[in-house]
This record gives sequence, C-alpha cells and structure tokens, in this order.
Amino acid sequence: MSDKILMKGNEAIAEAAIIAGCRHYFGYPITPQTEIAAYMAKKMPKIGGTFLQAESEIAAINMVYGVASAGKRVMTSSSSPGVSLKGEGLSYLAGSDLPSLIVNVQRGGPGLGGIQPSQSDYFQSTRGGGHGDYHMIVLAPASVQEMAELTVKGFELADTYRMTSMILADGTMGQMMEPVNLDLDVKPAHEKPWATTGTQMAREHNIVNSLSLVPEELEELNFKRYDRYKVIEENETMFEEYKVEDADIVLAAFGIAARVSKNAVDEARKMGIKAGLIRPITLWPFPKAPFKAAAEHAKAFISVELNMGQMIEDVILATESKCPVTLCNRAGGMIPDPKQVLNSIIEVNGGMK
Amino acid sequence: MAAKNMLFSGFGGQGILFAGKFIAYKGLIEDKQVSWLPSYGPEMRGGTASCSVIVSDTPVGSPIVSNPDILIAMNLPSLDRFEDAVVPGGMIIADSTLIERKVKRDDVTVFYVPATQMASDNKLGNLANMIIVGKLLKEIGDYTEDGLNAALDKVISARHADMKEVNLKAIKLGAEY
Repeated sequence: MSDKILMKGNEAIAEAAIIAGCRHYFGYPITPQTEIAAYMAKKMPKIGGTFLQAESEIAAINMVYGVASAGKRVMTSSSSPGVSLKGEGLSYLAGSDLPSLIVNVQRGGPGLGGIQPSQSDYFQSTRGGGHGDYHMIVLAPASVQEMAELTVKGFELADTYRMTSMILADGTMGQMMEPVNLDLDVKPAHEKPWATTGTQMAREHNIVNSLSLVPEELEELNFKRYDRYKVIEENETMFEEYKVEDADIVLAAFGIAARVSKNAVDEARKMGIKAGLIRPITLWPFPKAPFKAAAEHAKAFISVELNMGQMIEDVILATESKCPVTLCNRAGGMIPDPKQVLNSIIEVNGGMK
Repeated sequence: MAAKNMLFSGFGGQGILFAGKFIAYKGLIEDKQVSWLPSYGPEMRGGTASCSVIVSDTPVGSPIVSNPDILIAMNLPSLDRFEDAVVPGGMIIADSTLIERKVKRDDVTVFYVPATQMASDNKLGNLANMIIVGKLLKEIGDYTEDGLNAALDKVISARHADMKEVNLKAIKLGAEY
C-alpha cells in the first residue's frame, strides 16, 4: 500500500491531468475547486507548462479554445456559477469539434448560491451547457481514485471523439482526502492532423471555426456530430452495479449520493429488504441498459440526488415507465443522510405490499 | 474493527484538520481503508473547524460522519454541537482546559484531557491537538511507536522536519495522561 498517498479530490484531478500530458491550464478561483488552480500554479512552471489565472471564466474558456485548436491537451476548472459563464465557450468548442477537459466541482445554486456540495448542474451538463445541438461526455467520479482515473479517461475520450469531456464532481469529492494510486494507465496521444500548428508551407491551411452560414452545410455538420454521439453511446457508457441482480428496490445515484446510497443499501439488506444501486459513471451517455434490465425484476426505483430531481428524468426514460420512480433528495448544499435514504427505501418497499 | 467513524472539532488554528490527517495517514500505512473530509467555507475563519475521519477494514461508503463513534472536542461549541450525535457506547475526548462543563451523556465513555494547559506547561506551543491524538490512540489500543513515526513522516513536510520530535513528545504526553 506504500504506493498510495492521501490526496484531496481536487489535487488528484490536477496531478492526473499532468500525468495525462496536459501542460496548459487556465482558470479563475472559485470555491470549492480552488485547489486545482493552486496545484497547477505550483506544478506547471516546474515542468515547462502554462498556468494562467485568467481575468475571468470567459477568458479562461477561450484560452482553452486557443490551445485546443493547436492540438494540445488543455483544461479549465470551475464551480457552478463559473461554469455558467463558460457556457458560450463550451458551445463554441462543440461547434468547432475541439477536444478539451472541463471540471465542474458543483456547489448549491441557482445564482451565486452557496459553496456547499451540490449536484444541481446535472441538466446543464448532460444537455450540453450552452446553446445549440451538442453534447459533452460527462464523467461522474465517486472517489478520489476515480477523480484521477476519469481525468485521464476524459482527455482520451475528448481526443478520440474531438469533443469536450466534463468531470462533474461536487464539493465533497473535491475536498475529501482518500488514498489514491497515481500509477495511471495513459494511452499514447492521438495524431491531430486538423490542428492549426503552422503549415510550414507544406500543406493546406487547417481551419478551426464554428461559423457556417450555409444551412445545408451546417445541417450536415450536425448530422455527422450526432453520428459520432451514437458511436459514443454504444461504446463508452460506464456504470457500476451494486447488489442489483435480485433487487426489488433499485437506487440510482452518482458521485457522493452514490456513496451515501451504498450505506443505505447495506442497511436495507440487513433488514431483509432487497435493495441495490446502479451508479452511472458516465452521465452522458446515460447508461440506459442496466436500468432497462433492472426494470424487469425491480418493483421500484429511487433516484437519490443533491438537487430537486434532475437525473430522475433519465431514470424514468431508461426504465421505460415499467416501474414507479421516486425521488430522495436534499438541495442547496445539503447532503442526504444514509438514514434518509434508508427511510425512503423502507417507505417505497412498504407501499408495495 | 469494522469501522471507526471519528469527528474532530475545535477552533480554526487548533490543528484539527492536521490531527485528522495524521490519524487517516496512520490508517493508510496500516493497510486500512480511510477517508478524511473537512468542513469548508467561511466557518473555518476563526469559527469552528471540523473534519470527518473514517478508518475501516472494508471500503468506506459515505465519507460524512454525522454520528461519530469517537468525538474529539477541542472547544465548548464543538461539544455543544456534536455531543448528542455520538453513538451510544461511543467515546468523547474533550480538551478540559477549554471546556469547563462535563459531558451530559451517561451512555458514552468520556476522557477529559487538559491538553491546552499541558501543551503550555511543556513548552509544546500549539500541540494540544497531538496530545489529544496520543490519548485517542492509547484508548483505542492503537498506540505503537513505529506507527507514529511512519505517519508523522507523511504529514510533516521536509521543510518542517524539526517539528517531528515535539509532535512525538506531545503524542506521548497524551498517551500517558
């Protein structure tokens, strides 16, 4: 175990990004993700990388656009209100088919909200975040180890599919320390023949742009992008199942809510209630298959969320309305207690007799 | 030991987070599953600082400790706030220099350690936190000199290596109290 060290989730993301070959970080401080910027500020100058505290979140995301155009791995990080500011840039990155990694360590909202943990940017993240038809790959870590591993994965997926990957964490995941093994598996980087790296007078100009004024051509671009999304939905969905095989009550939860739910599942099992948990790791693409399969034997689903009920809509869609789906939630920076989740399980279980 | 859920609480500046980190690292070195979660936000500036620490033989579920097996209370507001949350049969260790009242519960084991006074008497500066840690390790039967050394090496940066000896002294004082 000596190869494991204790690290905050935010620091694990920063170190994993460096391990993945990211040498360009642009950010603007906001709680509860500031440790990412602090870590980058310390490390990047020592390894020949760029750390830049931009004048605003909007500036930072546009710097990301610039580096991504040049074909280098690049990232920015923020928390909920800051990510809203980046919305325009996220849409432009999508429109230009540029790979990048965005980290959102969520806090309670809307507006400036609070600084305590939340999952209330689920809609914003899984539906794109800015204007136009597009998706981001949305990864939801539930441990510090996953904060590191999914950061590497996020860069790889972004490069493979030429799009933005988002790490959707929350204040708890960012602030907590857990043992982490940083011996991460990093695949060789992709060639990026489309990047604007200078022609050396030896090739045609590469153009990176999101403007397309001919509707027929813009439609074609959208169709092609969605063909790519279909491949991602088929190949890149990730989830974890916990005691789902024989479960009557199936919980759906990601990130910190999944950790709390696991405790509740164990307690329910001790009481003789067959509970289980499906934890989506990719929120987009949403893992529909395990939900559809579980709906064949489950009596009910409970979506456990740190918001007013956002992922529940995807759970209802994925289970094709075969079972009732109820919500167990806290909002505004509060976290459900395992007891609250357990009570929810007991209530739903009793209500079916 | 299935799991020990611990809550460390006191004023910002008392080394609450450091004490928790030390216990977490000690668990990690001993091949346990651990988590450390600080309270964060404006309350840390001069107000209450606290952290949840879980040391377990099995993977840690929720890292949030709302009902601790062990409460470390280093000031009165911490005891007032968390006393009722301790599980029946649990343990409370209180810094009795700063907490003048007694624990009201009669279903928990309580240790009163005048840690702040002891630190001052022994010229240990602000190491009341580590005196309490010593008492904690002793009472949960986890006090071994080897373990202490290895964990201190992890939490004390090379720049402050000279602090190791006084930390050891503080832990020993607490264990022997």
